[in-house]
Amino acid sequence: MPDPVPYLLDVSALCYRYRGADQAALADISLRIEGGGFHALLGPNGAGKTTLFSLITGLSGLQQGSVSIAGADIARQRLTALSRMGVVFQQPTLDLDLTVEQNLRYFAALNGLGAKQARRRIAEELARFDLTPRRRERIRQLNGGHRRRVEIARALLHEPRLLLFDEATVGLDVPTRQQIVDHVHRLAEEQNIAVLWTTHLIDEVYPGDTVSLLDRGRVVAQGTCRQLLQERKAADLKQLFAQLAARDYAAREVAL
Amino acid sequence: MNGRHAYWTPFRGIVVRECLRFLQQHERFLAALVRPLVWLFVFAAGFRAALGVSIIPPYETYITYETYIVPGLVAMVQLFNGMQSSLSLIVDRELGSMRILMLAPTPRWFLLFSKLLAGAVVSVLQVYLFLVIAWFADIRLPLLGYVAVLPALMLSGVMLGSLGMLLSSAIRQLENFAGIMNFVIFPMFFLSSALYPIWKIGEASPLLEQICRLNPFTYVVEFIRFSLHLKLDGLSVVVVSASLALFLTLAVWRFQRN
Repeated sequence: MPDPVPYLLDVSALCYRYRGADQAALADISLRIEGGGFHALLGPNGAGKTTLFSLITGLSGLQQGSVSIAGADIARQRLTALSRMGVVFQQPTLDLDLTVEQNLRYFAALNGLGAKQARRRIAEELARFDLTPRRRERIRQLNGGHRRRVEIARALLHEPRLLLFDEATVGLDVPTRQQIVDHVHRLAEEQNIAVLWTTHLIDEVYPGDTVSLLDRGRVVAQGTCRQLLQERKAADLKQLFAQLAARDYAAREVAL
Repeated sequence: MNGRHAYWTPFRGIVVRECLRFLQQHERFLAALVRPLVWLFVFAAGFRAALGVSIIPPYETYITYETYIVPGLVAMVQLFNGMQSSLSLIVDRELGSMRILMLAPTPRWFLLFSKLLAGAVVSVLQVYLFLVIAWFADIRLPLLGYVAVLPALMLSGVMLGSLGMLLSSAIRQLENFAGIMNFVIFPMFFLSSALYPIWKIGEASPLLEQICRLNPFTYVVEFIRFSLHLKLDGLSVVVVSASLALFLTLAVWRFQRN
């Protein structure tokens, strides 16, 4: 049956201003992701990525504009929208004193998975991420890469339509980062999941990915990576950023 | 999610997590047990000779001082646990795991209430462990009292947890927590009927007696004391329930706002 919802993430004309701030943290942000799409949200620190992330996840209330997750409006159908998204935060959110399995069971219960279904899904995700032998280890005993994998496995337990990653690879070594980025790309393709990948690391973006470049709360460039490179006649993203920086871009903190 | 899974499953998950955390944090487990036992076996033993407790309700005969302070120590276990739960809320908030809770597709008020109930369940486990040890030390209460006290323990556990949650919503940093606790735990405990009957405090200072009567923790202690002796103190039930409603409403409101 064809998917009745064309966009799994639909952000439209989003504006946000923090109380007492002179300037808007986000101004007129729009982006859409279809099933199987990998959308990289790139920008230097302070560009507004985390604010956008908070609005999409409903952790902050919308002031202007709309956010829809697989057809469910985050403001009016918050619980439905939440049930359709999986989130991996920059800051680790696992319980260090509990085992891998206990952490996953807790999350499955929070998302309403019954005991039998939870057992099945946990076994599937542990196998997918090669974590089955570590299921009884406490999170404290795992290295950073394994902890990240547990967090991604956890985000997938309730079979979300949209996966959100907020600088999920920060602090990991290059090979582990690469593994995780590869894995998430495959996941999007195989499971027809939409992925919003927030990062300031250019090497995590593939040529076929859609990119939104965020700076000072505005989307200053949007399109597939290839399109953007062609339009701006840049050899690679590194050069593209250099061009944008030359146009007084605040790409100062983007890690190349 | 269907109706049963929408509420029951997240609730069960939160309770199981709190119990596992408590059992796996061995220092916390030990501290929760040792604290009231030190009061019972050291403090009470010393006070037995110095302080006579006359016959006051719900007791029908003279009792030892150890028997008198058992309900106060039970309430103390709950007070510390309530504050400990709020401490874990601050840690959860600082470490980010609070966001995982807040992103669950279940109403936030229900998630917070579940967290409070889970904290109360953990405190009940600690209380029964303490009562079992007291039993073996020959401090025995009416057998049915151990069952009759359960509703009082749950109600007061949630009430003290709500107070802790309210405090934690006002505390921005973990470092500030210890100081504020000193201004909450100790005054609440000492200015109550946990260690001495209120009339006895009144003999020393009528002002202190009035303060004790205004302290909701006094009514937690009395609610537990009467329930353990298969009696019901109406005033305590009303004060504990009203305090619960007030603290819970304020705590949920503050969390929603933040």
